[in-house]
Amino acid sequence: MYVAVKGGEAAIANAHALLADRRRGDRAVPALRIDQIVEQLGLAVDRAMGEGSLYDKELAALALVQARGDLIEAIFLVRAYRTTLPRFGYSQPIETGEMLIERRISATFKDLPGGQMLGPTFDYTHRLLDPSIVDGAVPEPVTREADTAQAPRVTDMLGRQGLMEPDGETDPDREVGDLTREPLDFPLDRDLRLQALARGDEGFLLALGYSTQRGYGRSHPFVGEIRIGEVDVEFDVPELGFTVNLGRVRVTECQMVNQFKGSAKVPPQFTRGYGLVFGQAERKAMAMSLVDRALRAREFGEDIVAPAQDEEFVISHSDNVQATGFVEHLKLPHYVDFQAELDLIRRMRADHDAAEMQEAAE
Amino acid sequence: MNAVAQYNFAYLDEQTKRMIRRAILKAIAIPGYQVPFSSREMPMPYGWGTGGVQVTASIIGPQDVLKVIDQGADDTTNAVSIRAFFAKVAQVETTTHTAEATIIQTRHRIPEKALGQGQILVYQVPIPEPLRFLEPRETETRKMHALEEYGLMHVKLYEDIARHGRIATTYAYPVKVEGRYVMDPSPTPKFDNPKMHMSEALQLFGAGREHRIYAVPPHTEVVSLDFEDHPFEIQHFEEPCALCGASQVYLDEVILDDRGGHMYVCSDTDNCEERRAAGHVGALGADPMEAAE
Repeated sequence: MYVAVKGGEAAIANAHALLADRRRGDRAVPALRIDQIVEQLGLAVDRAMGEGSLYDKELAALALVQARGDLIEAIFLVRAYRTTLPRFGYSQPIETGEMLIERRISATFKDLPGGQMLGPTFDYTHRLLDPSIVDGAVPEPVTREADTAQAPRVTDMLGRQGLMEPDGETDPDREVGDLTREPLDFPLDRDLRLQALARGDEGFLLALGYSTQRGYGRSHPFVGEIRIGEVDVEFDVPELGFTVNLGRVRVTECQMVNQFKGSAKVPPQFTRGYGLVFGQAERKAMAMSLVDRALRAREFGEDIVAPAQDEEFVISHSDNVQATGFVEHLKLPHYVDFQAELDLIRRMRADHDAAEMQEAAE
Repeated sequence: MNAVAQYNFAYLDEQTKRMIRRAILKAIAIPGYQVPFSSREMPMPYGWGTGGVQVTASIIGPQDVLKVIDQGADDTTNAVSIRAFFAKVAQVETTTHTAEATIIQTRHRIPEKALGQGQILVYQVPIPEPLRFLEPRETETRKMHALEEYGLMHVKLYEDIARHGRIATTYAYPVKVEGRYVMDPSPTPKFDNPKMHMSEALQLFGAGREHRIYAVPPHTEVVSLDFEDHPFEIQHFEEPCALCGASQVYLDEVILDDRGGHMYVCSDTDNCEERRAAGHVGALGADPMEAAE
């Protein structure tokens, strides 16, 4: 006997209770504290902040715990909170040239003013699992004061010789685009494109960036510079008539330098791809700068032949909160539509079988 | 202070609601035209009806009575969840009765009972662009709408007929609104398309992930695309509803065992319950819910 399914409400409440239980796990094990996450899972916190587009370590850490470590779920939690926040205005552009640098490397010059600083990198670690870190004491690291004044951006140094495309001029009266407040309208200006990439999924951008290296939209990239550190955020308060320093944020900036043979309008020079992400997120910043450069194909009159160069394709699919929602919504009931398809297939099958019978009879 | 108190009435801030209402007004002024709007991240995932939820949140007032259905039913989990959301953030009265509701948010169905003046039907839309699967680029489809260039859609329907002997689109069946815009009715079965035509209710469509809102105002012509020699037709079921005996309604097939046993029941649960309350009985007897208890 068929029983109409009722009680969705009770089922949902019970599912939530079970989820809370599984999130907490064995009660004999101490619960994670937010400060532990902030301090010891910092790169996960950084990713949740970056793709969540909200610089708040505690909230990102809370989201990570609440999401049971599922990064995309954590990013979604941060975004859903961010969207409810009032918008006071837009900060002044941050000046990465005046960054308090913790890591700075260039792959294009062996040495350069300000020097290279490895900083806290996995790059030269041997990937051997190390059980001793679980409760081993960690010695204090060696530190030195960064010489900010002596570390100009590599791209600026090349720019002075005219070999590097300049930053470009923006009309000072032009309002910066905001994809969280206006619907995207293709084709995009670069400010909106960079915004979309900055909050885009690391895995997606990584794969697209990788594809350009393997020949799908080749861009001859070199890492001009990667720098990680803290920058001041300044806010222009119209009532006061001067800018106010709101504090510092940690960012990762990557300037990819790309060979360009020149076109009818532009002489041969190096062009750039740009990546800027909250926190320490080098892989993301590098992938972003590769994809940014690939997406400038139209601007440079290059043939658009690869997925990474296709703005609508890349930007429409780079947001993992949107992507996961639409992919996962397939698990919601679709039986009304499926019924319609079932009916169609049955009718077509009946036609097909009748035609075969006819043929067999002839 | 409880958590809900930190949020505005119906969750969205007034600024956002105003922006969405403007988009809705524009959509009503140009029936079938997709109006871009700045969709917000909602506390439920994209694909779960964020567009519909934003539309409902923008138009709902304290006096409204809300009904939410998914697949025609009031008790599917997502319908329950969205109804509970508005009961919590807007403290509105909710109902399962179609006639009592002032706003009905729906996914994949239009209620069987004809809607009346003053009612608003809010559709959750996954892909608002009817031309999307023929042309993936927004820049192109926008041009096609502007130039009223809908030949591609007719070619697609024609190819269906040439290949399969019939139009092989069973849901999200394209319609032309007021003789101008080709519109996606959302993935409702084509069975529901005729209900959109000259409806007394206002029909609003929200696509959150795709940032689009569109509308069919009351008493608007909505015509399903077809050909003279292959006129549009809706699904017909061989059997009536096993619970209430209704025919001329959309039915769900329910599998009863692993030997091919099945039954058909109303997709619109409210309509089915009302019919049974009025004494209509289907083939599978009295009241299976009571029998099960």
